[in-house]
Amino acid sequence: MIKAILIFNNHGKPRLTKFYMHYAEDEQQQVIRETFQLVSKRDDNVCNFLEGGTLIGGQDYRLIYRHYATLYFVFCVDSSESELGILDLIQVFVETLDKCFENVCELDLIFHMDRVHFILNELVMGGMVLETNMNEIVARFEEQQKLQKSESGFSAMPNRAVSTVRDMNLSQKLRDIKIPDMPSFSSLYQ
Amino acid sequence: VKDSMRGLAVFISDIRNCKSKEAEEKRINKELANIRSKFKGDKALDGYQKKKYVCKLLFIFLLGNDIDFGHMEAVNLLNSNKYTEKQIGYLFISVLISENNELMRLVQQNLKNDLASRNPVHVNLALECIANIGSKEMAEMFAPEIPKLLVMGDAGDTVKQSAALCLLKLFRTAPEMVPIGDWTSRVIHLLNDQHMGVVTAAVSLIEALVKRNPDDFKGCVSLSISRLARIVTSSYTDLQDYTYYFVPAPWLSVKLLRLLQNYPPPEDTTVRNRLAECLETILNKAVEPPKSKKVQHSNAKNAVLFEAISLIIHMDSDPSLLVRACSQLGQFLSNRETNLRYLALESMCLLATSEFSHDAVKRHQETVVTALKSERDVSVRQRAVDLLYAMCDRSNAEEIVGEMLTYLETADYSIRGELVLKIAILAEKYASDYTWYVDTILNLIRLAGDFVSEEVWYRVIQIVINREDVQAYAAKTVFEALEAPACHENMVKVGGYILGEFGNLIAGDARSSPSTQFQLLHGKFHLCSPPTRALLLSAYIKLVNLFPEIREDIIAVLESDANLRNSNVEIQQRASEYLSLARNSTQDVLATVLEEMPPFPERESSILAQLRKKKPAVEDAIRARGEKQQQRPASGAADGAAASAAPTAATPTSGGGGGVKLQGDIAGAESNTDSDLLGLDFGGSAPAAAAGGGGAGGGSVDLLSSILDVGVSSSSSSSAAPSAASGASAQRKTVVVGAGASGSIVGEENWHKFVCKNSGVLYENDILQVGVKCDYQQSSGRIVVYYGNKTPAPLAQFASVINLPDSSLTNQLGIQVKPVGDRVGASEQVNEVITVDCMAEFSACPLLNIRFVYSGVAQSITLKLPLTINKFMQSSEMDSATFFQHWKQLSQPEQECQKIFQAKFPMDAETTKTKILGFGFSLLSNIDSNPANFVGAGIVQTKSGNIGSLFRLEPNQQAQMYRLTVHSIKPGVSKRLCELLETQI
Repeated sequence: MIKAILIFNNHGKPRLTKFYMHYAEDEQQQVIRETFQLVSKRDDNVCNFLEGGTLIGGQDYRLIYRHYATLYFVFCVDSSESELGILDLIQVFVETLDKCFENVCELDLIFHMDRVHFILNELVMGGMVLETNMNEIVARFEEQQKLQKSESGFSAMPNRAVSTVRDMNLSQKLRDIKIPDMPSFSSLYQ
Repeated sequence: VKDSMRGLAVFISDIRNCKSKEAEEKRINKELANIRSKFKGDKALDGYQKKKYVCKLLFIFLLGNDIDFGHMEAVNLLNSNKYTEKQIGYLFISVLISENNELMRLVQQNLKNDLASRNPVHVNLALECIANIGSKEMAEMFAPEIPKLLVMGDAGDTVKQSAALCLLKLFRTAPEMVPIGDWTSRVIHLLNDQHMGVVTAAVSLIEALVKRNPDDFKGCVSLSISRLARIVTSSYTDLQDYTYYFVPAPWLSVKLLRLLQNYPPPEDTTVRNRLAECLETILNKAVEPPKSKKVQHSNAKNAVLFEAISLIIHMDSDPSLLVRACSQLGQFLSNRETNLRYLALESMCLLATSEFSHDAVKRHQETVVTALKSERDVSVRQRAVDLLYAMCDRSNAEEIVGEMLTYLETADYSIRGELVLKIAILAEKYASDYTWYVDTILNLIRLAGDFVSEEVWYRVIQIVINREDVQAYAAKTVFEALEAPACHENMVKVGGYILGEFGNLIAGDARSSPSTQFQLLHGKFHLCSPPTRALLLSAYIKLVNLFPEIREDIIAVLESDANLRNSNVEIQQRASEYLSLARNSTQDVLATVLEEMPPFPERESSILAQLRKKKPAVEDAIRARGEKQQQRPASGAADGAAASAAPTAATPTSGGGGGVKLQGDIAGAESNTDSDLLGLDFGGSAPAAAAGGGGAGGGSVDLLSSILDVGVSSSSSSSAAPSAASGASAQRKTVVVGAGASGSIVGEENWHKFVCKNSGVLYENDILQVGVKCDYQQSSGRIVVYYGNKTPAPLAQFASVINLPDSSLTNQLGIQVKPVGDRVGASEQVNEVITVDCMAEFSACPLLNIRFVYSGVAQSITLKLPLTINKFMQSSEMDSATFFQHWKQLSQPEQECQKIFQAKFPMDAETTKTKILGFGFSLLSNIDSNPANFVGAGIVQTKSGNIGSLFRLEPNQQAQMYRLTVHSIKPGVSKRLCELLETQI
């Protein structure tokens, strides 16, 4: 079973966290910090599995992680999961994100938390692998987007139209954000 | 993406632009205030806005801030018929609401509605939420419902898929809640489902259920094998959607192979051959040229391969498959991919435990040693150590232990402790020559003394004591080791012990003359910790016996102020007792008292037990192999020390044979129960036991009296005899279950007073007064019981025991007692601290049994402990709407308890209010239309969850009667609260 899924960037800033077992808020933050400490000091070409930190359950749990550009994707799992299987699952997750966001990058995760959570929920449920077929997940995602659009069609669209007009330099603003290095995860398709 | 939420984007970029932590905090607080006012404001928010605010809150939470509002808004979103709003509501809840939030009940109601919805999207959202929270309460409520969704003919694929995993999650949380029914047999047939996603989810579920009762699910074996066969033999175009980088359905294959590892090889030959074919095909594919150069392709392929190998190892029946698996893993050992090397080492560990493949694994020893030396990744090196440990046997032990010792010098600190244990075990287990064993352990102490645990050096001493042939060598080696300018304290301990016992064996050599030995040991004395110094004192007194010529030197050390007046009692006591012994005893007495240690009873190595604690699975597999080998006479693996793998039951007396032992120092080496028993003899009074314990255990009473004659302080040694005799009574238990209450329960009236208050006198008679003071916080409490002796004579053999009259209390309450001493002096008061954790709701009442002897007459008093469920209740405030909403929700017949009864006290409203508040409920005004009535609410807090409870009390002044109604989530709780409150008003 998957105990937790953590995504943080190279500086340890969490970008998505999902715990499938109960941890109090401050424990969650500690787990994130500890995991970052463990994972970030490892070279890029060492193996992708290691024993979990003390907070997450020690030797009985494994951290399985991948490092893409600016982000670490870490799955904390117990011994009932296949290591390579989870490694592939991370890959499926990232590839799905990439399809849904067209060249996903760290910013997409920040600005579209709800969608990332949706995709994750289609992939993993309550700590168990739900769906591994990327096409199916993407199809469900698109369906959901359509549903959202049709629902918000009348109530929200005008609002948004107004705000777009009022704030034409929005995209400019976004670009102003100072991020040193934010490539897309093109290393996916190595 | 164009329609993103602008406000959110601006907020996030603001945060990202913050230059300092303070600025960020300020911006966040501003935003929180904004959202709060938006939620509170009169203007209705539309779905888009709500979604925006919830996203902001989630982002703030992700940054590590607590979110203490918005929960109600999120719950309200669940009521919406709009998918967008519902979905965002569920997202908030699964991330931000913990399982014991008071809103959980409302959430559950919504979940119920959505589960029953015709819209599969809503059903899925509910299933997802239930699985993500996955609490016991969720299991209680929904586990009986979900199987229907799973096997219902017309449920859609996605619903089935989610239902399977949701049920699995609940099963993991609370297996007892998942009913067994005819759905269980139908769930197996999901293995044949058209939709691969459904099959994958179903296999996960079945794998968990199988562990509960494998026989019920036997049918899944042949079904999974045929499913597996269809996947493995398909070309990758067959299962297009579930093909991942040219590998057909890798996750499903892995899961099926895992499932099969719960069963022995199939008995039916057709089925078994079919499985063998599958496994062979998988092995064959591993050597075929890859269909893609991408790492994903090989990953997925290998995931299946490793699982197939695990299954082959699990079945452990087909030698040719085992050997093929081994050679495949051997190739991975030198693969470019670190991940594969890691997994290969790990799987090989298991292969090494199979008798068929053990030798095949050994062929890779050199590669593994190279891995140990050259891998850059510590987790891989760790696996290499594990594998070397697993593949070690008599033939390669010296080599492997040698490599491990070399590695120890440079090993990462994180794994040194475990490495030391492994080396110690291998050295002992495969030692054909015990001089090698002694060398190895002393080397261990030299190289990594800090990591050598007590167990390791205890063990070397046990073995040296038990093996005569190695004693002289051990003495010589340890003497040489001590000659090093700096040596580890553990080396001093071993040295002290061994020279104390066997120093005479090397005294003939002028280089290690008696006085040199003593000087060498004493040279380290001042650098050692008090326990080691105490041990050295025991060694010195033994040297007095071995070498009368250095007696005066030793007496000088013993009588020096540094020892005789040491602030450490242990050292002081040993010094004074040994001094008397050395000064006053005849050589005969010395020789008897300080005789050589008798052999230790053979028992399982405590080191092995310690390692097993660390790595249960692997250790057990390796042990299983050891036993298997021993069963086969040809392999001849049985050997002395390690053959005691089955724990020998050691009796306490066999440890106390005769002669003086330093056993007090190494009593801890025994397993837990042993050490308790030995502790009785030696533990608390080590020096006295060293001097007198031999007599007590061995029964040579003359010796004991002769020691007494010579005036050795004897307070503790004389008490050693009775306590050894009545061994069991000394290990007093403080909490017992279901033992019949001795004598009737007294002091009931006083007990009732404690329902609404927390301190006072619980019981009093002419001899004893029992007072109680408690305080409770959430689900924990601390009860201090004061025993006051009212008489001018002491109460002897004083003891108190908590008795749980109902065995279910053991699961409901966690009780720990810090017991009082066995004597309460004249007019003295002692107190006992009882800490209580409420694990779950309870209604029985623990008893407190007090026994003592007063002027020669044994007394026993049994009281009810003033510990009731309402003590863990915290009052809760709410407005009228919420109150009635909860009231209605909790109105199932079993959740409601009503009683009509005669008032027991004058019906004064103010007094009643005080009592109700003392009871733990809140008093809520302006809720009941009749102001004479009382209503209120409270939450009973237990470790397994909160139990909300509501009450209403209607007085009828004319009839002097009350009507009391309690509503609570848990049926038992409403009943118990009702009963308790009834006695108070």
